[in-house]
Amino acid sequence: MLSSKPVNQKAWWLVLPVVICVAFSAVLPLMTVVNYSLQDIFSPERRVFVGTEWFALVMRDDELHAALWRQLGFSLAVLTVEIPLGIMLALAMPAKGWKASAVLVMVALSLLIPWNVVGTIWQIYGRADIGLLGAMLQKMGFDYSYTGNATHAWLTVLSMDVWHWTPLVALLCFAGLRSIPAAYYQAARIDGASKFAIFRYIQLPKMRGVLMIAVLLRFMDSFMIYTEPFVLTGGGPGNSTTFLSQYLTQKAVGQFDLGPAAAFSLIYFLIILLLCFILYNWMQRVGTTDKEGAGHE
Amino acid sequence: MNENRFQKRTLFLILYIVFALLPIYWMVNMSFKTNAEILSSFSFFPRHFTWDNYRTIFTDPAWYSGYLNSLIIVAINMTISISVALPAAYAFSRYSFIGDKHLFFWLLTNRMTPPAVFLLPFFQLYSTLGLMDTHIAVALAHLVFNVPLAVWILEGFMSGIPREIDETAYIDGYSFPRFFLTIFLPLIKAGVGVTAFFCFMFSWVELLLARTLTSVDAKPIVATMTRTVSASGMDWATLAAAGVLTIVPGAIVIWFVRHYIAKGFAMGRV
Repeated sequence: MLSSKPVNQKAWWLVLPVVICVAFSAVLPLMTVVNYSLQDIFSPERRVFVGTEWFALVMRDDELHAALWRQLGFSLAVLTVEIPLGIMLALAMPAKGWKASAVLVMVALSLLIPWNVVGTIWQIYGRADIGLLGAMLQKMGFDYSYTGNATHAWLTVLSMDVWHWTPLVALLCFAGLRSIPAAYYQAARIDGASKFAIFRYIQLPKMRGVLMIAVLLRFMDSFMIYTEPFVLTGGGPGNSTTFLSQYLTQKAVGQFDLGPAAAFSLIYFLIILLLCFILYNWMQRVGTTDKEGAGHE
Repeated sequence: MNENRFQKRTLFLILYIVFALLPIYWMVNMSFKTNAEILSSFSFFPRHFTWDNYRTIFTDPAWYSGYLNSLIIVAINMTISISVALPAAYAFSRYSFIGDKHLFFWLLTNRMTPPAVFLLPFFQLYSTLGLMDTHIAVALAHLVFNVPLAVWILEGFMSGIPREIDETAYIDGYSFPRFFLTIFLPLIKAGVGVTAFFCFMFSWVELLLARTLTSVDAKPIVATMTRTVSASGMDWATLAAAGVLTIVPGAIVIWFVRHYIAKGFAMGRV
């Protein structure tokens, strides 16, 4: 499939600036983290090489396991809500004219709010006494309190994330939908295809590329979520909304355990890497078998 | 039935927009109230309408310089991200070379590193280089997540341009830089616009790295905002006003790229 591209080793020169940039801003710091993770640091002058001790310690940490499962559950919930909702939204958005522009801007607004402000807005918004959401839920008879009830807190963080990030999925899908030539729809109409058939065999395959970006971005970012729940709930009540990033920051900054924190970081990074790798390959395979099935592309 | 379907979609869209705008409305609402009013009562409209919160922001240099710093940081970051990503994306979309697929995925992996992981190393690295509290430090730090994304999106757009165009240009005697700047770049203008929007978005709202790497001179607005949390409690009103103002530049950016998004892109092969 890709062999049609000419082989040209000089293309490396074009990639070089990116490699240098990323090496400076990612590989160098990552090496420092590896370095920390293998030492016990008392002060910049006094450090002892401890090998894989920190890794063993972190792997046995029960709190970390709990945070990891919470994180996986949260990311899964984020994907199952945001991806279908984003697709539906993209299908519902008007295609042309001033309406399209207006809807596009309104939908995108929540993406542009700094993350700490997102948390702060929801903090007020969810309060039963002075916030719209909290007050409405109270009126409807729910004894809603995101500070007292773990389930409520979790659901609030989830709805905040849905509110914040569904537009990203919607924008990408919208762009994917708009790239489908009108001829495809005409052909489908002549064939008498149902709405669902059009979605399944024309719109979904055409959105594959953008959906892949959307799914991976949402997965990575929800897995690294930090600022919003930190501001909204501070990880509580109890540990119910303490996700991995926050647990890590507690360790690194709060307790100043550099070694274990670094080892934790690396494990964290490897988990994301592994999951993304699986997701990436799976989506690529689903896409290509789909193409072969459709045949007429 | 078709009519019915249409209405259901419109209804869904309206419901979503209400869901999307209500929290923002609440913030705008708060920004016109005094702190006492925010905390004392529940109301849909400010009873004692005031511009004071906005006045504070526009007159206090600590506040408005935050916006300027943010804009400078984002501008530097966007320029670097797009200018290094363009040739790389071209290489990925046009040629195969040793390790191309691995390199592509490796780039993506950098997007996956939690910023919390990099806090300390960045702090040390930039202290050593004497770059602490400069715009360039934050802009460089934000490259970690923006460059991979820029390469990814641009590559998608470029793969959509037929290769015959390149070949014809070379036969006509165009050199690579001239071809790239005068023929190819105008063709993927939409892609550059969309990429710029994404770079803007992710750099504009990032807090953790931005706060760690700056103290006074280059402090971006997101970090300035954390100041509203003080010993005397939260300054909700000013925070809300500042929040409203942070949406404005982004709204302008999306207004400019809306046509590119509405024109559609399918991201070729990815």
